[in-house]
Amino acid sequence: MNFSTIFAIVVLMIGLGYLLGRGRSVQLAGQIGGVRHLNSLPFYYGALIALWCAIPSLLIFMGWIVFDDIIIRSMVVAELPAQYQQMSAAEQSLLVNSLENIAAGVHFGEPEPALQEAANRLLSLQTASRWSLAGVVISTALAALVIGWTRMSPQYKARVHVETVFKGLLLTSSLIAIFTTVGIVLSVLFEALRFFRAVPFTEFVFGLEWSPQTAIRADQVGSSGAFGAVPLFVGTLVISAIAMLVAVPTGLMSAIYLSEYASRRVRAWVKPALEVLAGIPTVVYGFFAALTVAPFVRNLGEAMGLDVSSESALAAGVVMGVMIIPFVSSLSDDVISAVPQSMRDGSLALGATRSETVKQVIVPAALPGIVGGVLLAVSRAIGETMIVVMAAGLAANLTANPLETVTTVTVQIVTLLVGDQEFNSPKTLAAFALGLMLFVITLCLNFLALHVVKKYREQYE
Amino acid sequence: MSMNEQYASAVGGANELKEGRSMEAYTDLAGTDHAEVSKDRTREKTVGKPLLESAKMSTRNVKVFYDDKQVLFDVNLDIGANEVIAMIGPSGCGKSTFLRCLNRMNDTIDSCRVEGDLTLDGQNIYDPKLDVVPLRARVGMVFQKPNPFPKSIYDNVAYGPRIHGLVDHRAELDEVVETSLKRAGLWEEVKDRLHQPGTGLSGGQQQRLCIARTIAVSPEVILMDEPCSALDPIATARIEELIAELSENFTIAIVTHSMQQAARVSSRTAYFHLGKLIEVNDTEVVFTNPQHKLTEAYITGRFG
Amino acid sequence: MNNSTNSTMSRVEKTLARRYRAEKRFRVYGLLSILFGLACLAILFTDIISKGHSAFLQTRIQLTVELDPEELEIDDPTDPDQIRGGYYQGVIRDALAERFPEVDGRSAKRALNALVSDGAVYQLQDELRDDPALLGQEVSLWLLADDDVDTYVKSRREGQAFAGMLGEDQVQWIESLIASDDLRTQLNTTFFTASDSREPEQAGIAGAALGSLLTLLVTLVLSFPIGVAAAIYLEEYAPKNRVTELIEVNINNLAAVPSIIFGLLGLAIFINWFGMPRSVPLVGGLVLTLMTLPTIIISSRAAIKSVPPSIREAALGIGASRMQMVLHHVLPLAMPGMLTGTIIGMAQALGETAPLLMIGMVAFIVDLPAGVTDPATVLPVQIFLWSDSPERAFVERTSAAIMVLLAFLILMNTLAIWLRKRLERRW
Repeated sequence: MNFSTIFAIVVLMIGLGYLLGRGRSVQLAGQIGGVRHLNSLPFYYGALIALWCAIPSLLIFMGWIVFDDIIIRSMVVAELPAQYQQMSAAEQSLLVNSLENIAAGVHFGEPEPALQEAANRLLSLQTASRWSLAGVVISTALAALVIGWTRMSPQYKARVHVETVFKGLLLTSSLIAIFTTVGIVLSVLFEALRFFRAVPFTEFVFGLEWSPQTAIRADQVGSSGAFGAVPLFVGTLVISAIAMLVAVPTGLMSAIYLSEYASRRVRAWVKPALEVLAGIPTVVYGFFAALTVAPFVRNLGEAMGLDVSSESALAAGVVMGVMIIPFVSSLSDDVISAVPQSMRDGSLALGATRSETVKQVIVPAALPGIVGGVLLAVSRAIGETMIVVMAAGLAANLTANPLETVTTVTVQIVTLLVGDQEFNSPKTLAAFALGLMLFVITLCLNFLALHVVKKYREQYE
Repeated sequence: MSMNEQYASAVGGANELKEGRSMEAYTDLAGTDHAEVSKDRTREKTVGKPLLESAKMSTRNVKVFYDDKQVLFDVNLDIGANEVIAMIGPSGCGKSTFLRCLNRMNDTIDSCRVEGDLTLDGQNIYDPKLDVVPLRARVGMVFQKPNPFPKSIYDNVAYGPRIHGLVDHRAELDEVVETSLKRAGLWEEVKDRLHQPGTGLSGGQQQRLCIARTIAVSPEVILMDEPCSALDPIATARIEELIAELSENFTIAIVTHSMQQAARVSSRTAYFHLGKLIEVNDTEVVFTNPQHKLTEAYITGRFG
Repeated sequence: MNNSTNSTMSRVEKTLARRYRAEKRFRVYGLLSILFGLACLAILFTDIISKGHSAFLQTRIQLTVELDPEELEIDDPTDPDQIRGGYYQGVIRDALAERFPEVDGRSAKRALNALVSDGAVYQLQDELRDDPALLGQEVSLWLLADDDVDTYVKSRREGQAFAGMLGEDQVQWIESLIASDDLRTQLNTTFFTASDSREPEQAGIAGAALGSLLTLLVTLVLSFPIGVAAAIYLEEYAPKNRVTELIEVNINNLAAVPSIIFGLLGLAIFINWFGMPRSVPLVGGLVLTLMTLPTIIISSRAAIKSVPPSIREAALGIGASRMQMVLHHVLPLAMPGMLTGTIIGMAQALGETAPLLMIGMVAFIVDLPAGVTDPATVLPVQIFLWSDSPERAFVERTSAAIMVLLAFLILMNTLAIWLRKRLERRW
């Protein structure tokens, strides 16, 4: 009996619950003179029993699926001979994988008897787990059916109960947003704290050298690894600044042109065309930056007698800026159109030209909104990953020269976490510390930006 | 007076000529209700004295369309120098649209199209070669809702002189701001807080600020589009007084929803109905002895 | 008065020319900004298409292969095991030696054999499986060429032949094949039917596309109902209190959190804490669900908001309960807007790369995923992986994969726009 069969049975029972509840209510109604003597429509009686069936059994089902693996694994590991007990968590995890392979019959040669035994135990535990899951879930659903059936009466306020459950489900859905934030904070914070136990916080935040490659052998050069994140912060800032230099003027001017000058037809074509830029996946920009823009920038630099790195911050920054143009322009467009027409009328009626109206009335009036939009764009540039992973380098140079290679926070997170990793080494944990920094900084920026924009909107509402 | 009548008949003749053409155009559609209605519309003439001997602004056969929908039908009207002319009529009658034609504020609406001759001192203001910027410096406008810029009181008033380069140095600008605020009757109330935002004033003060802003550019004509509709009675009375004072120096065209206001502030009154100019006369005549039955119906409150 | 207005007008006119120049300059800046954006778009598309279009063609070499049972070590062509275990390499080498009898010496022969892709053996395998009677016969087949050959032939056609790793003699052999019409390019079906491979000529996007589909399916199944439910709660039920405010602040903030952070969440919570497997569409879908939820909630709320209150009052006025009002009236009317928002969220999820890197969807996976718990990769990650490969043939395949990805995105966005135009009601 596998999980999908159990799930199918539960679904069937839920359907049965609905039919039973509905049928029972109609039958009860028949005794007292028709459906209109019931407290609620038959649908609600059916729905209520279906819900009683569904909620507990599905919750158990989901919890079981999530946790049974962990429990079974720890049970199997606990029974293993002492030599395996002393292994690190990562090794144990590999061991359990090999046990699973042995259980599935995929192995080379004859496995050790202890492991073979453990594998058998794993297999039997898994089977037992499924059967008991089936038992628990099906009996829960059955119990719900029986209780629902017995408690049903024409006076029973089924609709009210269904609506309460309905509202509860809606509330739970919206609480997921909070759970997600909490999840992010917890996952990043815990690992980051573990990292700060190994590397002092001050060294991380103020250190000028970043070389996370901890050596495999203790006698290797540079085995200590350096975790000073300043070069990463500077690199992120350099690339973001280039991106903003490209995106803010072009985005803002495009928005102004589109909302104040362009005819309706031009606007109808150009606005979506610009927004296509925002819809292009970042990995495509990364490819474009690495293979087209970076060589171009380098050749251009060489032609001017400059020494440009092939992974220059300039190339990544410019492409990132292009990606952010539509972001800035649509946010600015929103705030510019929120400036009441009466402002424009007032200025034009005094004989101001359009550009005077824009520069002296509309932009000052929309400024808080525009600033908010720019802050959001900055937060986006800081958190952007793929473009920099593909087009910026890995070398953590502490420089503000846009023609040199710099690396960013996101690049390092990806480099540290992609590929094989030990979960407990400072190298891996450093990624979470960087993630924490990234999250905190973008959170502050977003919070500030949303606050500014909200205040701005209230002004004209 | 006789000259006026000649004028009127000349224009009327032109109208009839046009009508003849329209009749031809409509013969194809003869019999349909639509054609009947249109015929009626073109046949009607404005009663009273829409035209003057010497006009500051004059309009002939003004038609306005929003996309394909016609909202003004052949309006002929003169506005004399230093007079206050009120435009009244039920909502949607086109009086505000007409007012916005006078300084080409309708240009800001894409779908709006204006036909006919409109002149300021004999100069066609819809001439494609004409520059709207100086036109609007000469014909200012005050809107229905007070719309001070989100700047200080001082900067609001100084905005016009600054963009038009009317002053050479700061002292001169200070003077213009002060005179304008004084003329708008706002100086005493705001002289101590000139550098606070104009949006912080009360509705009536804001509207007077907008008037000050308009007169700071020394326009020749001021258009007012229901300037008191968003204000309380006391603020309204204050603005009405102001209009009376301003009429010494400016030509004022005011659209209003309130007949009492028209009676109080204007010397001539124009009555619009469904996009047509029905009657124009001295204000007294319009309110005591209206010549058109629609005007009478409106004045006596049978609709509006 | 007249004097003063005259002086006003003369002053106004004096500055007009300057003001109009400023006006014109400003306008030109605006126009240039827009043109810059559009030019970037055009350059990007042209660049990708010019690099990628050639990947849809594939070079093949015609050889007369003798399917000698002894050489192949196959005696029963109906036995699938034997077919699978056949030694096809040998017969292809023989065929090449026959075509170029002058080639002698080990290294020269090795160079010659390198012209044909390793993938050609599968072609022979398929031929033999489909028609066992071919065993022992001589058949003329168009065999898959190596990627270096492919690159050379394509670049040669564009006027600047790129030999790359090919030796001089290899180039001569290719020229001789071209001269005798034994080399042609045809539609690259491998690209659409195969999964990833180390050999560019055998690599395809089928696995990644399927992975994307499965991941999106998980995302859609989870994010649409949850997003809509949350939007309904916030618009129709939520009281004005701290909790509601907290939820709203959270949603707005999550919408702007960098996507890579969601990847960290997935890695720490789903993989390390819940012990879910790495590299699978299920976890990818979960992470993308959390990432797209804010988008869907925000657009669904806008859709619900646009349903006029009069409809709600009408429903409540005849005694409908709140749930009935929502389910019978508000939801159907708001559905087009919600669907549009969901499609846009899905498009966003389809193009997302960074969080999937975090949960290990970067593995090199050759098999097609059979379900949401099978290791898989997705299109954008495939693009990322290929873009790292040095072979020139992978550059064109990367660009081609980008073209496919963009085509899907354009399709989804067009669908969203069409839906909005078609179904949206104006109140």
